[in-house]
Amino acid sequence: MPRTLLDIFGNPFIATGVGIGAVMTVLSINVLFCIWFERKVSAWIQRRLGPMEVGPQGTLQTVADMVKLLGKQLLTPAGIDKPLYHLAPLIIFAPVVASASLLPFSKSVALSDLNIGLILVFMFGGFAVVGIFMAGWGSNNKYALLGAMRSVAQNISYEVPLLLSALSVVLMVGAQGGGQIEIGDEVIQLNGLNLSHITLAQTSGLWFIVFQPIAAVIFFIAILAETNRAPFDLPEAESELIAGFHTEYSGMRFGLFFFGEYSNMFIGAMLATVLFLGGWDGPLLPGPVWFFFKSYLLIFVMMWVRWTFPRLRFDQLMAFCWAVLTPLAIVNILVTAFALKVVNG
Amino acid sequence: MNPHPAPALERAHDDETYYLNMGPQHPSMHGVLRLLLRLRGELILECDPVIGYAHRAHEKMAENRSWIQFLPNTSRIDYLSGMIYNLGYCQAVEKMASIEVPVRAQAIRVIVSELNRIQSHLLWFGTFLLDIGGITPFLYCFDDREKILSILERVTGSRLTYSYGRFGGVSQDIDDVFIEQTRSFLTRMRKQAPMYHQLVHENVIFRKRCEGVGVISREVAHDYGITGPTLRAIGVDYDVRRAEPYSGYEQYDFEIPTRTGGDCLARFEVRIEEMEQSCRIIEQALDALPDGPVKPAKFIKKLKPPAGEFYFAVESARGHFGMHMVSDGGDVPSKIKLRTPSFSLLSSMSEVLEGTMVADTIAILGSVDVVLPEIDR
Repeated sequence: MPRTLLDIFGNPFIATGVGIGAVMTVLSINVLFCIWFERKVSAWIQRRLGPMEVGPQGTLQTVADMVKLLGKQLLTPAGIDKPLYHLAPLIIFAPVVASASLLPFSKSVALSDLNIGLILVFMFGGFAVVGIFMAGWGSNNKYALLGAMRSVAQNISYEVPLLLSALSVVLMVGAQGGGQIEIGDEVIQLNGLNLSHITLAQTSGLWFIVFQPIAAVIFFIAILAETNRAPFDLPEAESELIAGFHTEYSGMRFGLFFFGEYSNMFIGAMLATVLFLGGWDGPLLPGPVWFFFKSYLLIFVMMWVRWTFPRLRFDQLMAFCWAVLTPLAIVNILVTAFALKVVNG
Repeated sequence: MNPHPAPALERAHDDETYYLNMGPQHPSMHGVLRLLLRLRGELILECDPVIGYAHRAHEKMAENRSWIQFLPNTSRIDYLSGMIYNLGYCQAVEKMASIEVPVRAQAIRVIVSELNRIQSHLLWFGTFLLDIGGITPFLYCFDDREKILSILERVTGSRLTYSYGRFGGVSQDIDDVFIEQTRSFLTRMRKQAPMYHQLVHENVIFRKRCEGVGVISREVAHDYGITGPTLRAIGVDYDVRRAEPYSGYEQYDFEIPTRTGGDCLARFEVRIEEMEQSCRIIEQALDALPDGPVKPAKFIKKLKPPAGEFYFAVESARGHFGMHMVSDGGDVPSKIKLRTPSFSLLSSMSEVLEGTMVADTIAILGSVDVVLPEIDR
């Protein structure tokens, strides 16, 4: 079992401080890297060079952009709902930090190890909708409101297949090796909602993507929709709604939305890695390397999808969720439960 | 002053509908169009296109300058079919004043016009996909379009607003380099076409966004005078190049692609096929390029067409572009009335867009390919 920060430091306050510091550092570096990476991937797909000027291969371009955003004047439009407008970026940003601290990236060390980690990650993920709606409603802008309405409908709908596909993994964990696993001479009773247990269940056998390919695909599609990535980027569809829910945000307020979006993507990819790709499991290289390699592979796929497909229309998006993904996820979970019952007697 | 106040704006509050001003500053409004939309949720109940933000009074300008001085204006009416408009105006005046055009100049006019048409369609292709959320194709076809612009820049001196036409010919002859570049572009274009087809036309999301969306009926097309690819997508094979051939179009063997759907997908397919047909025309014109002069030996400085009224039309990338000219026998036109295809297309939008979603609005507007400066003139 991974040692948590609490085990290492003993004092909960020090552990929390160190944890927040570590998560913020990792997330900031990730955002800087991801934005640069996205530009390079899009350039590569579009037969361009992408950023080349600031730093070698434009690696420092995002740093320069961050500095620019920090230095920009914060414009506040007239007629806004002040508390909602000002709180929205924080509401989107804070849960991201919380859920990032739950993900087990290594066999030996973890920031936290909770029995309900999976539920918490989804709970924090659900907060994003509140933030987006606050931004859309508070901005006193019809495009922002349209974007927010789309976002609420989309995120709540896609949470259903997301949870259902994750649930089939939970079932798998409970059934793995009779619900127990031996590490050294320690026998661990597996808990399907504990993220490091989910990874442990895969280290002894095959990764869950082998047993649950349908759930994996559903989960990935739902993650795309939850993080508002193309082809499901309707809340910020730029050709229709200008910038969607963050139309009226400028400077670092916009920067926080951006930060939230890319961090959500990162968390989605990490969660998919934990659930389906065996987390830190892999030969030769140390666990964290495998974990982040798999996560960034998924992020690359997300970018690839974004720069390849056009956008769905709103009703098509909802129909796809309720008429295709959700029934498929339900059937998948029933079949999984039935098969596990047959196999395990 | 608001030239177009919203009808009963206060009504919007008590029946769960609201007004949305889309444009004139909006990323998908193709310039400076303003759509006044009455919405319930995302459903469009009423659509009122408001135009006039790019009005430059071209028709009025025509009445204040000589026939020849109006020539540079013509390529600025529709900046994407500049060549076609410019040469169309030359042909109209030539017919009016009975000026002979050498056969080589006629062939060159066909070649550059068709290059211009492909260029316009390529830009439409990119922006249409941009409108429905596909960003990458835009970069691909701008890459191809760039080749045409460079080819035309070599002979005409400009990349967008060419004043290549002269009364009785064209300003400069084309050379071997031009022919070679054009041929290599045709080869390239034909290699790219299957890729566009695979990447875009067969994409599930693209088809879902286009099939059955924005159907324009025959009646609407007839009522509003819709022409060009949009009309051909309804199944009417009307093309000025075939109906009233000019500049020797009757010598070339080309098809007029038509579809019957009348939806965004049909318009898309018609335009894609038109690019191939344009390639065919260019190829034939290059193969049979006659020798000889490209403009009259003596430059026509003073032009006084006989008094009377005259109408001439050409097929622009967007449809039937007509010029109604009135001359009083002097060297300044009495009146030039321009009939532009985009105006008809946009007029029909209030009928077509009713009952669609906001996302469809963008797709439909993108698929009919309106150019705003051409509407405002």
